This record gives sequence, C-alpha cells and structure tokens, in this order.
Amino acid sequence: MSSVDTTAEVHDEHHDDDHHDHGEFIAHHFDTPEQQYDSGKLGIWVFLVTEVLFFSGLFCAYVLLRYHQPEVFVAASEHLDKVLGGINTIVLLFSSLTMAWAVRAAQLGQNRFASRLILITMVCAAVFLGVKAVEYSHKWDLNIYVASHYNYIEGYHPDAPSEGLAGALGVSQSLINLCVLPAILLVGFLVAGVIYRVRESQAMSALYLAMAVMMGGFFLGAVGGQIYQNAAESAAAHGGDHGHDAAAGEHAEEAAVTGPDTTSKYPPPIGMFFSIYYIMTGLHAFHVIGGMVALSWLYYRCTRNHFRPDYYGPVDFVGLYWHLVDLIWIYLFPLLYLIN
Amino acid sequence: MNEHEHAHDSHGDHGDLPRYNHPVSVKLLLTVFFCLVGLTILTVVVNGFGLGQLDIWAALLIASVKAAIVCLFFMHMFWEKGFNIIAFISSLFFVTLFIGLTLMDTRAYRDSQDKFPLDKRPEPTVVRDANS
Amino acid sequence: MSTTPQAAKLFGNAIGEKGNYLNASRGIKSWLLTLDHKRIGIMYLIGVTVALLLAGVFALVLRSELFTGTKMFLTEAQYNQMFTLHGAIMVFAFIIPSVPAALGNFVLPMMLGAKDVAFPRLNLCSFYLWLFGTGFLLVAMLTNGLDTGWTFYTPYSIKTTSAVMYATMGAFILGFSSIFTGLNFLVTINTMRPPTMTWFKMPLFLWSLYATSIIQILATPVLGITLLLLFAERALHIGIFDPAYGGDPVLFQHFFWFYSHPAVYIMILPAMGIISELMSVHAHKKIFGYAFIAFSSVAIALLGFLVWGHHLFASGQSTLLSLIFSAITFSVAIPSAVKVFNWLATLYKGSISLVTPMCYALSFIFLFGIGGLTGLFLGTLSVDIHLHDTYFVVAHFHFVMVGGTLTALLGGLFHWWPKMFGRMYNDFMGRVSCFLVFAGFNLTFFPQFVMGARGMPRRYARYDPEFQIFHQVSTIGAFVLGIGVVVAFAVLVYAIYRGPKVGGNPWGAASLEWQSSSPPDYHNFTHKVVMNDPYDYSVMVYDEDLDTYIHREFTVPEKPARTEPEPTTT
Repeated sequence: MSSVDTTAEVHDEHHDDDHHDHGEFIAHHFDTPEQQYDSGKLGIWVFLVTEVLFFSGLFCAYVLLRYHQPEVFVAASEHLDKVLGGINTIVLLFSSLTMAWAVRAAQLGQNRFASRLILITMVCAAVFLGVKAVEYSHKWDLNIYVASHYNYIEGYHPDAPSEGLAGALGVSQSLINLCVLPAILLVGFLVAGVIYRVRESQAMSALYLAMAVMMGGFFLGAVGGQIYQNAAESAAAHGGDHGHDAAAGEHAEEAAVTGPDTTSKYPPPIGMFFSIYYIMTGLHAFHVIGGMVALSWLYYRCTRNHFRPDYYGPVDFVGLYWHLVDLIWIYLFPLLYLIN
Repeated sequence: MNEHEHAHDSHGDHGDLPRYNHPVSVKLLLTVFFCLVGLTILTVVVNGFGLGQLDIWAALLIASVKAAIVCLFFMHMFWEKGFNIIAFISSLFFVTLFIGLTLMDTRAYRDSQDKFPLDKRPEPTVVRDANS
Repeated sequence: MSTTPQAAKLFGNAIGEKGNYLNASRGIKSWLLTLDHKRIGIMYLIGVTVALLLAGVFALVLRSELFTGTKMFLTEAQYNQMFTLHGAIMVFAFIIPSVPAALGNFVLPMMLGAKDVAFPRLNLCSFYLWLFGTGFLLVAMLTNGLDTGWTFYTPYSIKTTSAVMYATMGAFILGFSSIFTGLNFLVTINTMRPPTMTWFKMPLFLWSLYATSIIQILATPVLGITLLLLFAERALHIGIFDPAYGGDPVLFQHFFWFYSHPAVYIMILPAMGIISELMSVHAHKKIFGYAFIAFSSVAIALLGFLVWGHHLFASGQSTLLSLIFSAITFSVAIPSAVKVFNWLATLYKGSISLVTPMCYALSFIFLFGIGGLTGLFLGTLSVDIHLHDTYFVVAHFHFVMVGGTLTALLGGLFHWWPKMFGRMYNDFMGRVSCFLVFAGFNLTFFPQFVMGARGMPRRYARYDPEFQIFHQVSTIGAFVLGIGVVVAFAVLVYAIYRGPKVGGNPWGAASLEWQSSSPPDYHNFTHKVVMNDPYDYSVMVYDEDLDTYIHREFTVPEKPARTEPEPTTT
C-alpha cells in the first residue's frame, strides 16, 4: 500500500481504515485524520466567506459610484493599461494552476515536487506585485492619486529623472522607492539562506533561498513591466498628436454631457475612480503578500516532508485561499481595466 | 527520491488514498488553465468590440464563467461536501442582498447629492507640483 | 442505592493524572500561552469584566453629570468623549465577546463532549486580537479621546480632531477577533459533535452560539471594510464618503449598519441561549418547544440581515426602502416572541428553584420583553420620526443589551460558576445582587422612556429643567445598578476562595458539561460521557455519597444482581 513518504519523521505504518491512528499530525482533540481534515476544510471555506464579504463592501462602493457617474469611469480607465492588467491576470491564473498542481502533489505525498510547484506559485505572486509596482509608480508620476490628491493635467508628461539611481536606470523615482523594501528583503533572504547553509540547517536554508528567488520574481515583474511601459510610451509619442487630439475631443464631449456648470477647473471627479482603484488593488495586493507568506511556510513544510496522503490539509487550505485571491482578481480585471 | 513512483495519473485507482483525498488529474488542471487563459483573451477581445452598455455585462459574464471553473476544478468544489458548497455560495446571497438594497436606496436620494456645487469642491492636495 | 466507580470519576471530583485545568500547570506563562479553551475562556472573562467595569465607570460619570441640567464637572466636549468611550468599549470590547468568547469558550466544547474547540491556536489568537483591539481603544482614549459616538458616522468622523484612527484600528482588530471566534465555534459544532448527537439533540445554547457564529462570519467582515475605508478616508481622504468628490455620506451608514444591526443579534442571541438552559435546568423540566427555540435562533440571525435600514429612517433613505425595512423589522418580533413564550411554557408546572441563576433568568424575561416590545415602537416609521435620537432609543437598547445580555451573562456565570471553579457561592447574596441589578436597572432606564417620549434628545450634556426629575431618578438608579454588578462579581470571586466545594453536577442538569468533575479535568472528561437528551432530567438522580447528581446509568440497584453496567458510550 501506501504512497506515504517514508521520512525520518513518519515512522508508523499508515492505515487508512485505522481511526485510532494518532499520528503526530493529528491534534490531540481530534479523533480521526478525517475529522481534522474536515474541520480545517470547513474552516477555510468559512474564512473565504468572510473574505468575500470583506471585499463586497468595495464592490458595493464601486457599483454605486459607477452607476451614478459612468463618465468618470470611462475617462479614468484610459490611464489603466489593459496589456499590463492582462499579463498580470495570466500570471495569477498560472500561479493558480501551479497551486492546484501542488495540492495534487501533496495529496499523493510527493513533497519534493509539491515544493517546486509552490516555489513557482511564490514567484508568480511576486511577479504580479512587480508589475503592479510599475503600474502604481507610473500613475504617481502623472499625479494620479486618490480623489483628494488627484492632480493630473491633460497632456502632462513627467520629465525623465536625471539624478541618482533613478536617473542612471532611466526609471522614475517612485518605482525606485517601491523597490527599496523588496531589494532589502532579497538581500536579507540571500544572506540568511547562506548563513543557514553554512550552519548546515538544510530546511531553513532552502526556505530562505526560495524566498530570495521569490523576491527575484518581483524584480522580474518590475523590469518586464517597465520595459513594456517604456515601449508603450515611446509608441504613443511616435503615434503623435493624432491620438492626443482624439482624447481631447472625447473629453470635450464628456464635459458637454456633464452639463454647463463644469468649469475647466473642476472636471468630473475622476480621482474618485482612483480612490476605488487604489483601495481595491491595494487590498488585493495585501492578500497576495499574505499568500506569499503562507506559501513560504508551505514550502518549508514540504522540504521537511510533512505531507502525506492522509495529511495534506495545509496545502489544500492555503491553495483555496490562493484561488480566492485569483477569483477576486478575475473580477477586478474587467471591472477596472476594461471600461469603455 | 521516490515520489515519481507515485505520480500515477489520477484516472488510475486511488484505492490506497483516504476517502477524503481526491487528486485532480494533471490533464484536467491543464485543460482548466488553458480555458481560463482563452477566456481572458476573449474578454479583452470582446471589450474591443465596443458593445456599449452590454460591455460590462459581457465582461462580468465571462468573469463569472472563469470564476465558476476555478471554483469547480481548482478549488475542488466539484468533489466538495454539500455543506461547504452551500456555506460558500451563501456568501454570494448576502453580498447580493447588501449591494442590492444599498443601491436601491442610494438611487432614491442621489439627486440631492449630485447638486453638490462643483465650485465648492476643495482644491486637490498637491503631492508633487505638476508643472515643475 | 450505591454508585459505580465510574460515577465517582465522572461526577465526583476524581480527576485525571494531569489534574484539573486550573492546577494542571502553574505560572503566568502557562496561562498566557495556553491552548486550553477553558483557560482562554477564563482569560476572556477577566478581560471583558475589566472592560465592563471601565465602561461602567464612564456610564456613572455620565449619569452624575446629568444629575443637573447645567454643568457639574464635565464640559460638553468631555461629555461627548465620555459617552463615545462608554459606547465603544461596551459594544466592541465587552458585549460582543462577553457571552460567546468568555462563557461560550468554556462551555461549548464541554457541551459537545469534546476535548477542545476545532482550532485551539486560532482561539488563543482571537483572545490576543481582543487584547490588542481593546488596547487600541484605550490608546485612543488616552491620546485625543474619541467623540464621534460608537457609530463613527461620517462626515463628522472625518473632520473631528479626536483619535478616530486609533479607535477604528481597535474596532477593526476586535472585529477579526470576533470573526475568528465565530469561525471556530461554527466549525467545532459542525465537525466535533459526538456521532450520536444529531443537530436536534444539541443543547439550545449551542444552537444560539451557532446562529451567532453565522452572523459573526457574514456581517463582521463588512464592518472591517467599513472601518478600513474610514481609516483610508482619514489618512488619505479618498472621498468615498464625501460628496465633494462624488462620494456618498449615507453609504457609510449603510455599510455600518449592515454589520451593526446583525451585531445587535450577536449580542442578544447567545444570551437567549443561556436563558434556554437556565429556564429548563432550574425548572427541572424538559424545555418546551425545543425545535421552535432552535429554529427561532437561526431565523433571528437571518432576519437580522434584512433590517439594517431601520437605523436610517431619518437619513433621507428612500420611502420604499424604509417601508420594506420597517415591515421586516416587525417580523423579527415573531421568533423573539416564540422564544419568550416557550420559556414561559417551560416554567409552567415545572418545579422551579429560585436560585440565583433562575432569578437572573426571570429578570431577563421581564427586561427583554420590554426592550423587545419598545423596539416595535421604533420600527414603526411614523413613530420613529418622533422618537428618533431621543432617550427612548437609549432606553430601548439598554433594555435589550443590559437588561438582556448583561443579565443573562450574570445568570450564566452564576449557573456555570460551580463548574468553572468547583465552588458554590452564597446563594442569598447572589439573589441580593440580582435584586439590586433588576431594581437599579429599571430605575435607571424606565424614566428614560418617559423623557424620551417627551422629547429629551440623546447625547446632550445639558437639558431643560422639565427633564430634571427623570434624570435624577435615572442617575440614582445607575448607581444602584453599578453596586448590584459589583456585588454580583464580589459574590462570585468570594466563592472561589471561600465557597463550599461542589460535585460535578450540583443542579441536576443533563447536558454533557455536567458529566465532568468540578472544576473539569485538564482534558475535560476523564471518562467517556454518557449520551442522553440534554433536557431529560429524569436520568439524573441525586447521590448522597457524592453530594451531587449522577447519571442513572451509574447507580447500582439495591439487589446487587447485575454486574457493573456498561454505559452506552460513544
């Protein structure tokens, strides 16, 4: 029988039908592995319910504001890049695939394979955040902030940064600022990984190196996103004045629709869209970060060979959480990026 | 390592697995993933048609199909216990209730808020001088 | 009649090798890092009691200020801060966690015959979240104070200079504490019932905790997002609640009450569960209408989600919606009345012993009756326009929350205290405390109905002379109530040190938690519990040797013909 990993930690022979098999992963207050698994499963589903309701408030605000001010949403969505959003969608979908695959691997007790799939999932999460950082920083450069700070002026192009690291790399200062913390983490994880390696603590070393690889994913996303961003901008600049005129024309039409009180100084409150945008994507990004932490923990447990066919709950549960993060993005993408 | 011995296809029998353990076959996972990618491309393409009012509904429909297959196969809802499915789906009922009743109300008094004098709107707080 | 050795084990105070949960391990660390639901319950109990006393002191300060209509010792601004902190701490830090997290934590797994809740670490995490959340509220209090009212209504909460950010952070964290408790209990009840305990063989307290958990899970996240948006509004001015940017200030009220109305049922439903237990046990009679009481808990939980708009009748809410909300509000009276009638029917021809828990339970019925019925006045559209934001509202919700929840909590404490600490309190003094609470409470809040109906608005520091007599009676009552609560806790605490020891089942109750020793073993039960109907008291017989009630299974008939009977164990 048994697709059980025989590791140093799992000594006892595993019997499916033995309900008194109090292996070390069965908490003292549960009678059977199945009861423990069912409890965890229901727990995580219920937790997902709370997450859905948590986000529902934002969707409610979104629907309300869009319903009453569709013109704001149309005007504002021009600042969002469908390609970057689309790439991020695919990245998240791919991470969902690897996550689901990791669950399968854990279910079959293939810890090593599961750990690799989880590492890919972690990297995808970081790539997603890297692309997001490019998107955010690009908006900040254009003075596109939440409603009260929204100060975008039509046709405004920020000067290319000339000083410091930003000038040297030819990217904006805001992006550099967003990269500081990931860079520190990358270096920190690398150092920790090496230290544990020297101390011959294999599992910890593997964990920290995996986390360093994950942070590398962030820079992969950021660099890729920035290259695309630069290309898109130069294409727009070469595309020239035509596009600009069209945009200006559209704006004039909107002004006519909104009514005569709209003075040029007080255009429709486009910043409102970005309030919603930043809150929704920001909260989603926090969930991605939370997922990265949970995935790192799973990675560690996989390298310690903790999972086996009657005990894979943690992978399954984190997987469900990760799929929910994906689900939310599946809705956020069309609602924020695809507005005509 | 010995894992690959066990990496048999899930079409094979898993008689040795506990009864709550239902691995999804790799083939199905990949199929689902490519469907999701296809639907993502589809939603961008449909968006390009400029269907006007229908746009948002088309986008939401596609998103819901995507969400459904993620739930069913990636999240194993297809094999899930009835109670857990009901628990999760019930959240959508409460979300509908919440958003529905709130919208119903705001529609009624919205006019008074739209009269907010635009020239009384505060100047934006400048983070960085746009003209520098 | 003699008993089997198991009986001594189960109902006497024989305990396992680890000792009981109080002395199984020693030292502050063994408490702070414990995963034992009983210890976590006790820590919660200490915490919520401190919160209750703190917020109670605020209430007394408020009432003292209101002794006259002119300034005594609080400025208007200080008065605003006082009632806000009283409300915020009472609601978020005391009432919501009081019954479920303190009593529920202790009792729920034992009622299921289980060793612990499903997620013990999450349970401890809930407690620490509670501690942090309450800490944030205290930081708010000690820095700039808080003067928005516990509801944090926009736009004032965006503009005020008081410490709204700390307070919202605190309430946000307390919300998560509440969610995790609810999640834990829901899963525990679902997956850890003994196989023979079907849904309709559960004690009613579990039904009410289950209904409460449903609300905590579905409603509390919306509070979380509301407070997060308010936080973002304060920190960045995102404008979602600000019409200047196209936002909507009434939206906040919708968001807030989508949580906070169901939250009212988070506060009262567990209390109702306690009352179901107390009524039946102390009338020594099977509960009347078990299924009705069980379903009415779930009905209240679900209807609770459909009535939030009755807080917005005066906000400019659409007439259609107000009508709908008003109608559904009335329908909440049906399951509530179902409960009250069934409790009364349980008393009918019961052999009632007027011990302290029963006195509190009877007070509950009276006070909750008034509190519930006055809710109907406020649910009526036209009447509400007159009574909105008056002392009538204040009196109404205090009747439900203090008269209801606090009374039930005290009743529950007196009921389970012998189980928790293995000591009996002085029943006479317990009844005195119940009388003081009951009398003080009515003295405080009855006059408020009258002055509210006559137009005394709530949240005012100053008032016209015509209201003075009512305010003075109310203030005197508040002090009597305060003394009553202090006496109650004094009686309980005294019992821990000086009370006579009791056996496992002093009341003759039939639910499973009484099949353990008092205080319970570290693992709750040293022996497999005997499954039986939780309201069938005929199975429990008094045993003189052990001075406690024991299960009939364990008595050996006078003719010692039979060998030791094997209990039907699970």
